[in-house]
Amino acid sequence: MELWFTERHTPNVKFSIRVDRQLYSGFSEFQRIDVFDSKEFGRFLTLDGYMMLTEKDEFIYHEMITHTPMAVHPNPKNILVIGAGDGGVVRELTRYPAVERIDLVEIDELVVEVSKQYLPTTACRFDDPRLNIFYEDGVKFIRKCENEYDIIIVDSTDPFGPGEGLFTKEFYGSCFKALKDDGIMVNQHESPFYAEDASAMQRSHKRIVESFPISKVYQAHIPTYPSGHWLFGFASKKYHPTNDYNGTKWSMLGLKTKYYNPRLHIGAFALPNYVEELLRDVE
Amino acid sequence: MLNQNDAPIYEALQKFKRMRVVPFDVPGHKRGRGNKELTEFLGQSCMDVDVNSMKPLDNLCHPVSVIREAEDIASEAFGASHAFFMVGGTTSAVQSMIMYACKDGDKIILPRNVHRSAINSLILCNAVPVYVNPDVNNQLGIALGMSVEQVKKAIEENPDAKAVLVNNPTYYGICSDLKKITEIAHAHNMLVLVDEAHGTHFYFGDNFPITAMKAGADIASVSMHKSGGSLTQSSFLLMGEKINSDYMRQIINLTQTTSASYLLLSSLDISRKRLALHGKEIFAKTVEMAEYARSEINSIGGYYAYSKELINGDSIFDFDISKLSIHTLPVGLAGIEVYDLLRDEYDIQIEFGDIGNILAYLSVGDRKQDIERLISALSEIRRRFGKSKAGMLSQEYINPIVAETPRKAFYADKISLPLDETCGKICTEFVMCYPPGIPILAPGELITMDIIKYIKYAKEKGCSMTGTEDINIERLNVLK
Repeated sequence: MELWFTERHTPNVKFSIRVDRQLYSGFSEFQRIDVFDSKEFGRFLTLDGYMMLTEKDEFIYHEMITHTPMAVHPNPKNILVIGAGDGGVVRELTRYPAVERIDLVEIDELVVEVSKQYLPTTACRFDDPRLNIFYEDGVKFIRKCENEYDIIIVDSTDPFGPGEGLFTKEFYGSCFKALKDDGIMVNQHESPFYAEDASAMQRSHKRIVESFPISKVYQAHIPTYPSGHWLFGFASKKYHPTNDYNGTKWSMLGLKTKYYNPRLHIGAFALPNYVEELLRDVE
Repeated sequence: MLNQNDAPIYEALQKFKRMRVVPFDVPGHKRGRGNKELTEFLGQSCMDVDVNSMKPLDNLCHPVSVIREAEDIASEAFGASHAFFMVGGTTSAVQSMIMYACKDGDKIILPRNVHRSAINSLILCNAVPVYVNPDVNNQLGIALGMSVEQVKKAIEENPDAKAVLVNNPTYYGICSDLKKITEIAHAHNMLVLVDEAHGTHFYFGDNFPITAMKAGADIASVSMHKSGGSLTQSSFLLMGEKINSDYMRQIINLTQTTSASYLLLSSLDISRKRLALHGKEIFAKTVEMAEYARSEINSIGGYYAYSKELINGDSIFDFDISKLSIHTLPVGLAGIEVYDLLRDEYDIQIEFGDIGNILAYLSVGDRKQDIERLISALSEIRRRFGKSKAGMLSQEYINPIVAETPRKAFYADKISLPLDETCGKICTEFVMCYPPGIPILAPGELITMDIIKYIKYAKEKGCSMTGTEDINIERLNVLK
């Protein structure tokens, strides 16, 4: 038997993983949710047929989107996470003892339920007492917040579908308002490689640049995302991601990571020329 | 026996497609084969049904089969004695009902805040307008409905008038006391014509203001393409009991195309079916979204998304709660400025912005997540661009002084003068912001300092002004 999951990365490029068996399939109010098991990547979660995470490479994404801002901010206590129903970002955040409050805003409760049941590698810290979960549209939640958070992590899906609103200027502006005076917002920033992803990436970069005084982009290598070359946005009211970075201080925390380290932190902000150019075009 | 599950024009087109008839008639694109680029753009299924009138598909100018059946089903759905399928927009419907009621020199009573299509038809048939000045809400700066007393006064002063035209609901969602106005007009042997362009949903949803047909009005123009979901430019003209539909068809045929588009006709047919079968759920959902948006917008601060609390028993007899009209002046921004910011900064296009208000058009096609975006964008606009209210003009409506009939002024000898030199002259053209398309000046009206000031202010705030010969509205045509 040959059973393959295939995602279309462009009209002319497909990416396939051989599936051992399907563990879950269901529809929520917002989207179709599937969990598969595979020999190569372990279990993986897809929403509307788009790859969200695999057990094999999720650590790259979750470490990079979480530790990068946590290591720049000198004293992060109140954290807001938008999206992230799989629990990966929460898992990384709960490793910081100084964090006092984690608010998780996920539009789709079923994603959390399915993750709890089928993805124990990421959905393993939902019982942390510092965590509050709100099941609502992130755009709505953040509208009412002012001067509340040290860090906002926007772990969105794609700029189409239920996560669309998390790529808009009104959302980024609301994040700015929700952050304290030295707050940082980090977001999933799409890929610079294929044309359609690149223009989505440029659009969100433009909107962030217009909303924050400091707006930088960093990269990571994520094998199961289109092209494997992925970007994150680092938007900040005060701290510069590399100039204000104290790697030694972060190392002293003694957190064991598989991808992130202080040298890589600095290096991740060094971008290929063509990416620099794409960003400059909209700055 | 046909019922609301049927859509005769749509079904006839489907059948026609299956017959694979060889076309040696117009249109010359021949099912799109002769115009590949257009076919690729619009889609094959669109081109397949862009066909000419013929026996199996009937003819809109003289319907005897499927169009006739579709009209009968539609009239049942609207509670009318007859319904015409209109392919020249609601503009053509409004013009037909005025030309039905008025001949050369006949008087018609109407509110001045009508759409330009109504005044245009006065130019065509040389009817004489008797304007009833609408009430104005000074806080919001908007023109309201017609007050019963004012209509009564106009009727008594002009017993020879042939008809009363009511604009119901207004663009902002405000309704007049249609039933009482109809009673008074009928008691004086006048016809009641209703521009119901923004009220299609009243016929199909629950808890909406009374419809023209139910109120006993004689003719109503309904923009199916607005809240009804049909294609742009398609519309219904509804007849009450007293109206001679065969004469109306002759009036319609004076200006209607003889090559009516089957895309438009089928869109009316399918949309009528959809609303007749599912209208209640569809509009309940729209209202729920509008109510939610209103409560969220009102909690932002500054903005005022108004609703039924405005009702005053007369000039705001009822309010259409599916409309999302928002007063913006307390945020220190003109409606048109918010309208522009929403588009330029946030990629959100709303229906219109004027001096003090914006209107976001909601329908069943809207998604909750987009409503959230609109609310957040308004909140952000206030945070980033809000200022003091001082110096904001609020008046949307200036009572006109009619000096000549629209037709006489339109066709008279005229000269072009710079705007500043036109005070005291009689205008021979329209000046309006579009949308909403309600004239600030119509042909035959006296130009005053207030009006010049208003035009300059609206231009400065970025309103898109239309109607004049001079594209830049720096000069106006006036009577010689």
